[in-house]
Amino acid sequence: MEKEAEPCIEFRQAAVQRGGRTIWSEGTFAIQRGTVTAIVGTNGAGKTTMIDVELGLLPLCHGSVTVLGRPAGQANGRIGYVPQNYMDDVDSNVTVDQSILLGITGTRFGFHRVTREQRGAVADIIDFVGLHGKERMRLNELSGGLRQRAAIAQALVSHPDLLLLDEPLANLDLASQSAIVELFARLNREWGMTIQIVSHDLNMLLPILTGAVYLLDGHPHYSGMSTVLDSQLLTHLYGTKVEVVTTPQGDMFVTPNPDMEPAGHGDGTLDASEAACFFKQHYAHSHPAGQQSQGATPSRATPQSAAATQPDTATQGSTQGSTQGFTQED
Amino acid sequence: MTTFSYNPDWWHLLTGSFMSNALIAGVLIAVAAGAVGYFTITRRSTFAAHALAHIGLPGATGAVLLGLPVSWGMGVFALGGALAIGALGKKASQREIATGTVLAFATGLGLFFARMSSSATKQMQSILFGSILTISRSELLGFAVFDAVLLVVLACAYRPLLFSSLNEQVAQAKGVPVRLMGLLYMALMAGVITVATPAVGTLLVFALVVTPSATAIMLTRSPLSAMVCSTLLCLGSIWGGLLLAAMFPFPPSFIIVTISAALWLVVRLVTGRNQH
Repeated sequence: MEKEAEPCIEFRQAAVQRGGRTIWSEGTFAIQRGTVTAIVGTNGAGKTTMIDVELGLLPLCHGSVTVLGRPAGQANGRIGYVPQNYMDDVDSNVTVDQSILLGITGTRFGFHRVTREQRGAVADIIDFVGLHGKERMRLNELSGGLRQRAAIAQALVSHPDLLLLDEPLANLDLASQSAIVELFARLNREWGMTIQIVSHDLNMLLPILTGAVYLLDGHPHYSGMSTVLDSQLLTHLYGTKVEVVTTPQGDMFVTPNPDMEPAGHGDGTLDASEAACFFKQHYAHSHPAGQQSQGATPSRATPQSAAATQPDTATQGSTQGSTQGFTQED
Repeated sequence: MTTFSYNPDWWHLLTGSFMSNALIAGVLIAVAAGAVGYFTITRRSTFAAHALAHIGLPGATGAVLLGLPVSWGMGVFALGGALAIGALGKKASQREIATGTVLAFATGLGLFFARMSSSATKQMQSILFGSILTISRSELLGFAVFDAVLLVVLACAYRPLLFSSLNEQVAQAKGVPVRLMGLLYMALMAGVITVATPAVGTLLVFALVVTPSATAIMLTRSPLSAMVCSTLLCLGSIWGGLLLAAMFPFPPSFIIVTISAALWLVVRLVTGRNQH
């Protein structure tokens, strides 16, 4: 089998275009097996495109992407994939168990009876994701949270080595979000599953993440959590001021709301000199003469620690309702 | 004006030879519509299916113009339309404005062909509204061959077709040829439309191909049971229509679509589902 040291996903100088427009380029990074990574970036940065590339559904215009030791698209049988809003628009009478069974048998032509092993695999995965007793429910009779579990179960039933999910927490309430995150944690811990999650909101996922691929200035980068939890990086990534605060439950991001901050705290928008400063600090060596630095007066860097600002910010962040998300207990 | 009087001799009428052709046609139509109608709803292609009947109309009237059997022209045009829609992908079959525009144009073209010959003008009514009592032995043979091919193809492609109909993105990632499945489905649909149109006509075929499947989906919890249920509902509508048409001087097409629509309405009210 594969060597343990071999990365699960490896991008080398990868670039991709859609309709003649370059979505992102110069993607070079490796994601190790057994990790949980997020793909983050603003709307339109190419997060879903990255999943399409890893599945080989969209050809690269430059470079290479290797997934599970094979060129992208050739190991899809060992990848579980859950697209965005998956199963939300199912307009049929298919039940939970039939839908999950398609995860094993859905690609087979010809007449086959369903075997006892296949039924057993479906029953096991239904228990694992917590849908016991709901087997004969139609998909459109389930709540959004349970439907998302059914979607994940279909992806898991063939016991993949890698799980790719596109916005699995979108449109779910907090309890459902937290149950799905707990499911990812168990998959990673008990099955050693490598998981990659596209998400626009990282807070919910922070306790289980190993690192993140962030799409910034048209380039994908990978870094571990200590680097990702940098308010300057996050501010640059989201295009609005983001601070990292430490709460008793763990780190979380907040977007300061100028209407609620005390005077002199600064507003929520990013000014040009801050952007330029960030850019120089992080990318000047690899991208000479970037467009961000034009016309801006480079000022001294204001280093902020990764995991905390002033205590008053933390309390304001969590009490004044200006938080972007919610953390869960580690 | 016709008086709607009860015909006490209806059993004699029902056992006549032209009626036996109609009853057999009912079985063959119900099997085809029940099997494919399920996928029409699961793929959300009901409007594309409806459009195929109208795209077949100029083929039907054009065939009369050229002195060919109506089903041939209907089948060729519906298949051409089906492959064009299928080639554009599943998303295209949901593009309602483009489909509706083509539908309207095809209906107009059908009228144009019909007006070019007096025999086509005479047949226009039966093409639009069906004439199940005039189905011939040779047409029945054609229906039976189509049904046999349909069932063999569906048995072989059942799972990938179902997977791609329900979850196209994942099926594609897992290696199901989704484009091919789309073309296959549309080609089968064209065949079903061609088979069902002689019974109720292009304007009413929706009630025979889509409505019984929608009713069946509300009543059942698996694809196969939905297909069987839908076949029985479709057959019940056709045979019930023939029976009542023998008893009362109503056109069979009218009673067939009335039964189909009434069953759908009752089931929808009883099950309290609003999805379909």
